[in-house]
Amino acid sequence: MSWHDATLAHAADVQGWRDTARGLLARRVPPEAVAWRVAGDAGAGAPAGLFDAPQPAAQPPIPPASPAHQVPAAFITLAEHALLHSEPQRFALLYRLLWRLVQEPALRHDSLDPDRVAAEALARQVRRDMHKMKAFVRFTERPTAHGPRFVAWFEPEHHIVDAVAPFFMRRFTGMHWSIVTPRRSVRWDGRALAFGPGARRDEVVAEDAQEALWLTYYEHIFNPARLKLDAMQSEMPRKYWHNLPEARLIAPLAAQARQRTDTMLSQPASVPQRRRPALPALVDGRSARDAAAGCLDCPHARHATQTVWGEGPATASVMLVGEQPGDQEDLAGRPFVGPAGQLLDRALADAGLDRGTLYLTNAVKHFRFELRGKRRLHKSPGQRELQACSRWLEQEVAEVGARRLVALGASAAQSLLSERVAVSEYRGRWLERPDGRQVLVTWHPAALLRLPPEAQAPAYRQWVDDLAQIARVSQAH
Amino acid sequence: MELKQKLAVLADAAKYDASCASSGAAPRNSLGSQGVGSTEGMGICHSYAPDGRCISLLKVLLTNFCLYDCLYCVNRVSSNVPRARFSVDEVVQLTLDFYRRNYIEGLFLSSGIIRSADYTMEQVTEVARVLREEHDFRGYIHLKTIPDASPELLARAGRYADRLSINLELPTVEGLQALAPEKDASGIRRSMARLRLLIDGARDESRPTAPRAAAGLPPKPSAAPPFARSQSTQIIVGADPADDRTILQTSGAMYASYGLRRVYYSAFSPIPDAARTLPLQAPPLEREHRLYQADWLMRFYGFEADEIAGAPGGMLDLDVDPKLAWALRHRERFPVDVNRAPRELLLRVPGLGVKAVERILASRRSRRLRTDDLARMRVPAAKVLPFVVLADHRPGRALEASSLAARLRPPPRQASLFDTAPP
Ligand code: SF4
Repeated sequence: MSWHDATLAHAADVQGWRDTARGLLARRVPPEAVAWRVAGDAGAGAPAGLFDAPQPAAQPPIPPASPAHQVPAAFITLAEHALLHSEPQRFALLYRLLWRLVQEPALRHDSLDPDRVAAEALARQVRRDMHKMKAFVRFTERPTAHGPRFVAWFEPEHHIVDAVAPFFMRRFTGMHWSIVTPRRSVRWDGRALAFGPGARRDEVVAEDAQEALWLTYYEHIFNPARLKLDAMQSEMPRKYWHNLPEARLIAPLAAQARQRTDTMLSQPASVPQRRRPALPALVDGRSARDAAAGCLDCPHARHATQTVWGEGPATASVMLVGEQPGDQEDLAGRPFVGPAGQLLDRALADAGLDRGTLYLTNAVKHFRFELRGKRRLHKSPGQRELQACSRWLEQEVAEVGARRLVALGASAAQSLLSERVAVSEYRGRWLERPDGRQVLVTWHPAALLRLPPEAQAPAYRQWVDDLAQIARVSQAH
Repeated sequence: MELKQKLAVLADAAKYDASCASSGAAPRNSLGSQGVGSTEGMGICHSYAPDGRCISLLKVLLTNFCLYDCLYCVNRVSSNVPRARFSVDEVVQLTLDFYRRNYIEGLFLSSGIIRSADYTMEQVTEVARVLREEHDFRGYIHLKTIPDASPELLARAGRYADRLSINLELPTVEGLQALAPEKDASGIRRSMARLRLLIDGARDESRPTAPRAAAGLPPKPSAAPPFARSQSTQIIVGADPADDRTILQTSGAMYASYGLRRVYYSAFSPIPDAARTLPLQAPPLEREHRLYQADWLMRFYGFEADEIAGAPGGMLDLDVDPKLAWALRHRERFPVDVNRAPRELLLRVPGLGVKAVERILASRRSRRLRTDDLARMRVPAAKVLPFVVLADHRPGRALEASSLAARLRPPPRQASLFDTAPP
């Protein structure tokens, strides 16, 4: 078997690896026969004994990639990251994986294959290093003749400077900056990124005028009662500390934390400096609406947003009563604004009524729902809610003084008439309450929305007929 | 007062707010502008405080003067802490200076309530406006809104901020009435409902993509988000007697009702100059940690509040994570066959996270999973094995053994991570 020498331009030469790998693959060179190295980086990645091996075979020109060499997009992403690792064997590992992906179609589903697991581990470490670079680069400001320049020193573990630079370009477009690392540097002048060689730490590190403010912030945003050094270190390992100005505060802050907390706990409550007069107690005689806003008589009131009170002219002669607010009504704090409300609007218009002349409300004032994951499903009010809430409804009836009430649906009818009424039986009829008020019973719009499509049109016509009776009685009035 | 002193006072005042995340913003950058700032969907923690919490934002109060007297709060009117107030420009400059040095992802600004809810909200919003409009700042901005500020002001704030939040603080209405008598529990929820309608409305409007720049040119970057993309809230744990079940029920309802992105749980913390009525205890950090895990189970694993905190007493087990606790209470549902079970069941196996479950589902297509495959996935085998069947493994009677719980109970330890999935 002859050796194939694959030499890359530099340690982060992903494009070079791709071109070379594609060529090797097209020539069917098996992974065992390739010696990967980086120019100027003597022997890295070469199998033992390579230099005793015969000279690489003359390499024929690279044929175009064939469709047989298509690899999953996820592999490309994986390779782009894993190839930046400082591990010398990375080029060989990724080529072996590429070779096997072409030879063994089942491999693309097998996320537990050892080669894949190894490559993913490399990629994960590179991504973490990239992430930490985004997080822990600290710029210091230097005045120059052309305005301020921001300079940072950073020590990445892997070959990530080229890969992370565009992030800093997108973030700090309006600044002139450079980031210097031991092996490579990058500079942005507002127009283009320029890469160059690395440098030494003492050529770069300087103190910044704002550092004192930053340290003040760091010191004071820390809550001494919650000292958790382990958690901190797992996210901000010590190896980064010497480049983070705030890290020198960690030890003293931690040392004082216990004592500061104990002092806090042992101090008796002091006498307040100044007191505001207590808020006036809630006055009696406020309207039922304000009183109901704080009602907690049913358990679901705790999870509803607000009591949804009725709406309309205080002198309306007709009051429409629905069942309870729904999801949209609960959020908006107004009755009949959701889908059922829109159907009601349409029907009122068809019946020749102006919504603005009517008072609209609900028998129960809080939205009662059941949770299904992240959705709130309407749950009809039970006896208990109807009963508890009827006092609010009665106060509303009394405040508005409407002589004619329209019960939309069974819950409203039960609440207004204090007995169960079958809507199908009494629909379209006026019933009298002990106080002399007339109650027209008809459907709730939500019930119409629940009917099968073929039943909706006739039901809607009946419903509009019912509502039209209101128009007649209010004209006769 | 000198800027440094103000910063000390106003950062001190902000350190009890648990929310820190800076993710979830609409992606944008400063290319083609003279400004700075970008958001790429995921936030970055730029530092960590010795309390283990991430520092990703300049988190300060505009002022810690406050008219209210909420007993759990260090800034309440009757507290004797030193007071300070930033000018709008001071906060703007600090944000820009810190941002340019890559110390932070952006700003998280809240405030004590001065004069009125609306006046305070206007001042907070003004900081965001100046950052966006006068400095073309494209980093992350989170504004804490003032409960029951007018809807117009909320709408304005949402045009400059990536996230808005209102703290619920206490999980029950009774708790609020007792400890924060001037706060209107319903007012807080009303504000959340308004925000939800505004956030949803903006999302619906932005859906049909408007014609962008001329063909071939990159879309014009915009400094301000069209409207905040999310809201969050904080619940203080342990200042009132509410149990974990009540807290989780409240969270569950709030996620569904207001589309919250996050609920933060903050173990009630000793504060300087505490109110006499609030006996101080060591903060139950472990309890906070378990609540985060339980919350995670509700959001990503299909658990309901009542299932997780279903033990009598309504408290989460402090010794074991809530998923393991649930599994130990429901042994009849196990073992689960890793090679056959649907996703929902796999997600309920202690030790299997969402990622591990995805890998199992993918790998099942080409192989029958065995014990050493679990090891390769880096899942805690000792925790998983009693609950699963694999090609080469059956738990046998291990699942029934009464010693199981004792064996899986880790030695006591300090809670380690601020916000983690139960493994
Ligand atoms: S439904 Fe009615 S009775 Fe029940 S809490 Fe709400 S307002 Fe009170």
